[in-house]
Amino acid sequence: MKAAPFEYIRAESLEHVLERLSQHGMDAKAIAGGQSLVPMMAMRLARPTVLLDIYRLPELRQVNIEPDRVRMGATTRQRAIEYEIDLHKALPLVRDAVRWVGHIQTRNRGTVGGSLVHADPSAELPLAATVLNATLRLRSQADGERQIPAQEFFLGPMFTATAETECLVEIEWPVWQGAVATAFEETAMRHGDFAMASAACQLQLDEDGICRRAAFGVGGVDGTPRAFPELARQLVGQRIDESVAREIAQIALQQTEPGSDLHADADYRRHLGVVMLTRVLLKAAQSHHSAPALQH
Amino acid sequence: MSFSPVNVEIKVNGVIQPRTVEPRTTLVDFLRDHLGLTGTHVGCEHGICGACSVLLDGEPVRSCCMFAVQADGMSVTTVEGLAPQRGCLSKMQDAFCETHALQCGYCTPGMLIACHALVERTPQPTEAQIRDAIGGNLCRCTGYQQIVDAVKLATSPGYEVKSAQAKGSGVAHG
Amino acid sequence: MVDPKHPAYKAFKYIGRSRRAVEHRRFVTGQGHYAADVVQPGLLHVAIVASPYASARILSIDSSAALALPGVHAVLTGEELNSAISPMLPGVDAPKVARYPLAQGVVRYAGEWVVAVVAESRALAEDASELVCIEYEQTPHAVDPEAAMAPDAPQVHPAHGGNIIWHRKFTWGPVDEHFAAAEHQLSYRVRWARSSTVPIETFVATCSWNDATQILDVWASIQMPKYPDLLAKCLHLPGNGVRVHYDVDVGGSYGVKRGLKHTILVGFLARKLGRPVRFLEDRLENMRGGDMQGPDRIFDVSFAFDGDGTVRSMRMRAIDDIGAYAGRSPLQLGKPVGAIVGPYRIASVEYDAYSVMTNKTPQEAVRGFGQAPTNYAIETGIDRIARYLGMDPIELRRKNLIDKDSFPYLIPSGTYYDSGDYEAVMDKALAAAPYGDLLKQRETLRAQGLLAGIGVSTCLEPSGGNSAFEPLFNPKNETTTWMDSCLIRIDLNGAVTALMGTSTAGQAHETLVSTVVGEVLQREPDSIRVLHADSLNSLPSNSPVGSRMAIMLGGAAAGAAKILRDKLLTIAAHNLEVAKDALTYEDGSVYLQSNPARRMSWDALVEIAHRKYHCMPEGMEPGLQEKFCWEVPSGGKMPTEDGRVQMYPCHSFESHVVLASIDQQTGKTHLHRYVVGHDCGVMISPDVVHGMTYGGVAHGLGAALLEKFAFSEEGQLLSGTFMDYLLPSAQEVPSITIVDHCTPSPLTEFGQKGSGEAGYLGGPAAIASAINDALAPVGANIDELPMTPQAVWRALRAAGVKEAQ
Repeated sequence: MKAAPFEYIRAESLEHVLERLSQHGMDAKAIAGGQSLVPMMAMRLARPTVLLDIYRLPELRQVNIEPDRVRMGATTRQRAIEYEIDLHKALPLVRDAVRWVGHIQTRNRGTVGGSLVHADPSAELPLAATVLNATLRLRSQADGERQIPAQEFFLGPMFTATAETECLVEIEWPVWQGAVATAFEETAMRHGDFAMASAACQLQLDEDGICRRAAFGVGGVDGTPRAFPELARQLVGQRIDESVAREIAQIALQQTEPGSDLHADADYRRHLGVVMLTRVLLKAAQSHHSAPALQH
Repeated sequence: MSFSPVNVEIKVNGVIQPRTVEPRTTLVDFLRDHLGLTGTHVGCEHGICGACSVLLDGEPVRSCCMFAVQADGMSVTTVEGLAPQRGCLSKMQDAFCETHALQCGYCTPGMLIACHALVERTPQPTEAQIRDAIGGNLCRCTGYQQIVDAVKLATSPGYEVKSAQAKGSGVAHG
Repeated sequence: MVDPKHPAYKAFKYIGRSRRAVEHRRFVTGQGHYAADVVQPGLLHVAIVASPYASARILSIDSSAALALPGVHAVLTGEELNSAISPMLPGVDAPKVARYPLAQGVVRYAGEWVVAVVAESRALAEDASELVCIEYEQTPHAVDPEAAMAPDAPQVHPAHGGNIIWHRKFTWGPVDEHFAAAEHQLSYRVRWARSSTVPIETFVATCSWNDATQILDVWASIQMPKYPDLLAKCLHLPGNGVRVHYDVDVGGSYGVKRGLKHTILVGFLARKLGRPVRFLEDRLENMRGGDMQGPDRIFDVSFAFDGDGTVRSMRMRAIDDIGAYAGRSPLQLGKPVGAIVGPYRIASVEYDAYSVMTNKTPQEAVRGFGQAPTNYAIETGIDRIARYLGMDPIELRRKNLIDKDSFPYLIPSGTYYDSGDYEAVMDKALAAAPYGDLLKQRETLRAQGLLAGIGVSTCLEPSGGNSAFEPLFNPKNETTTWMDSCLIRIDLNGAVTALMGTSTAGQAHETLVSTVVGEVLQREPDSIRVLHADSLNSLPSNSPVGSRMAIMLGGAAAGAAKILRDKLLTIAAHNLEVAKDALTYEDGSVYLQSNPARRMSWDALVEIAHRKYHCMPEGMEPGLQEKFCWEVPSGGKMPTEDGRVQMYPCHSFESHVVLASIDQQTGKTHLHRYVVGHDCGVMISPDVVHGMTYGGVAHGLGAALLEKFAFSEEGQLLSGTFMDYLLPSAQEVPSITIVDHCTPSPLTEFGQKGSGEAGYLGGPAAIASAINDALAPVGANIDELPMTPQAVWRALRAAGVKEAQ
């Protein structure tokens, strides 16, 4: 399983990358950690003739934590989220998600941007981005920079709104003001596998335990991760108990179109989606702390 | 379109190794075929089995999931570089021998890399942490039990390397 | 761990002790010598073009573009190859089911090799393989084995006449009578899905042909009886024209590394091209076309039993889907004949076995050679009988287990079980759990809203190997030899070297042999070097299959060492001028019992043997080198007309106790406790035995819960990568406790039995037992492996369980 031949270019700057992408179009691909791309190239499912290595560009690896947002360079490594305490505090849901991503070796090389652009419908970071409706910044030589909300970025399995000549440069994660409760659950065949179904939820409750703000979504049960902002609004003013959680989860999953594969067919996935979503809603509702505890 | 070979300088087990490689040569193939370091093994070439694990700038990665050119200027440690010096074993290597943590030996280099990296971060890991650290290294011989035992042993207080070059053992083929 | 109180171990100085394996030192430092590590100057590399279709005619092959690519040396088709070689034939009488490394005219499974491309590098060979143009015309295919048995089904090998490559119905004892007389009967079907032991190293073969010496050198990751001989035959070389280097470390095999077709291809290419050639299967080639998939069975079983739980008789029909070609795969229905009643006193058995061809990847030998699926089928029945009668499944087993005073015990199909104490092993496992705690934990888990169950299995591990299933399944194949050998030399410096004649895939044979030789010669095992001969300078071996090496290689090493020890005694007697029986041999030196001051040291004896012919007894050969080659104990007999034969000599035994819970909402199983009671007689290397048992449990867990080679209706392999074929990691395999018992074998030197298949043979049965115990209270059950979360969920949903809706 050896990749088809290609030309390798170590990017000297972001401009350099954009220029080459512009020049080569779909024959070129940017490579960051390569944890998804290299296996696909080994199986010759992906055959770029030009590989642009963006992994070491400092401008794509900056992380700025601000009171209301975190601006994260696209090649920020997944391990950064795993190990950096400041990011845990600012982005507890993303931290919850990263725990489920692959194995240590994957997270040491893999990047946040890489996972988003690869857009596996079962992947954890795309789900977190969708639920929080992060803002993704893309740049091309011809059109400069544009931004797109995560809920419009994922278009289908392994397919995003990124144009051939564009490079994802930054993810801007919103930070909710005040205490949040988060939960991320997934069920997979083995630990570290892609989820058969996953769910993520971020809530704010008042002192009486009433929901004041909510965001939730499911992964692995459709062609892209799915968030439910309208349904989330319906949770405001409610106390989230088992029956509330289950009812919302069932309505949400009715709106999905799960696929089938060897391990999980559509019916089973939809059922798992309801189970996972119910669980995260309850877990978050029952755990409202001011500072997210480091989960084991 | 030219798929020109690229000059790389990768520090492997402490020694800088300048070579010229095809871009599509993976890091594992570079180590094995260009440097003759056959201790790192190929099991799947699609990033699942972990047999190809090496330390890249001190952290475990799958060397089948990167091209050698991506590692230019970086530092790689393979299983051949884990022992403190020639003729000796690291505590982890020694503990693997003591608890019988291997059989065919094929996954063992990658397993040792993962375990070395674990104890760098977490000097006294729990069983759950050990299983998590080796969760990306598949073994078909051992059922993992004695590997877990080895890591516990290697990290137990006062563990000393027991093996001197045993009489008559060592390279037993050829 | 080793039971130090067991009297059998008291006799030994080295056997049964914890000892570091000799092999490990090179593996932990990355100094292993695997087939892919063998570098030959001028090495060329092979990539394969495989059939995309399950069944098709090959209309044309155009290699011109591939050959034109710089760096490509050859593009080989079946037409060229097959005319120059002899085919591989099945282990049963089916001469029309011939297999060649490359397809010719037709393809019979998706993944079958059609063209081999040889180039300067593997990457180039893959580039070139994409340029080969093959035109196919698809033809009807058969993927369901039951459908394939119908006379009008698409025929995989039309010349054979039907897809049933082999069938026989055995009746041992008065089955009809016992069924008629019994108070109750029950019947069920279970399915054992195709899985395999999938080593992390794929198959690799490197061949190099020397025009001057006319020797084909072979370095391969092989575990296969008669490999050099079959290779030579197929390549039309004399037997002494092939040299297989057994000192290649094999990265795991567990039965499957039978790469004869790979090696024939590579051997042919090496001769044709005059360059060394290597084929290193990549994982895609390995999964789809490496022909290493295991048994794929449908069992229909009926038991006849009485109300008090006594099991009277069993009828078992086994249909095994062997795929498009047959190697030894049909014989995997034969080995279980030697333990067809499991550990139970069942008086009669009907065994109706079908080996069926379909348009799928061919099946090959897998750890246990068919025993694990058979044990699963039998144990399912025992649990069902218990449930039917409202009896405790442990008490039901207790009632039917062969008791310890009945050995050697003759089972209806003609095998004597040599020794055992099955109840003691089961009780040890239950005590180690401890069972009382498991019962409480099961209640606690149930109170938490989970389904929870305890599973028990009690299963035979036949060991020692034998060729007996070959004549059993093919009366034209009159063969009864199944031997192994060892040569030991003591050199002029007094160092001991032993030579074994087959490959090792993690079983620590060097450690085994040096322990045994050390025991007999009373010399420090770490001072004894063990080498792997090559196939030209080795003594005969039948490979590490059938859990045979502790018995056969251990026995051969002991035999040779005993001859040497006796020779040393004879030299001493001659030089001390006393009778041999007046002497004591101790740690390599010899002294007069009545006057220990009169002694001869090891070094002195060695010197005499090597340098002082004038001090040697009359007629004795100079030097110190002795060999021993022996036949499997209790072997050497042909089967009877009604198919009874002594299958394997020695019978190890295992009892698993498992506590499992099931999440009712997801169907996911979690194993909370896993205990194995194990008896393989005297363990020569306990650490090695335990290691393989843990590994066998992991293999069993994979087969039970995760692993399946799934095929589409079109015969396409759906689980052809490690993303879909799921191997358990350290997160899926629980902590395992092993408790040992020892019933020495009367047939072996030290009382050892074999144990290379331990854990795997009883594991899936125990996990299924636990899951079905968990499902029983809600009226659900599963009789098909793997018991994936989706499969469990479907069973729960079908039973109306609320949380699964």
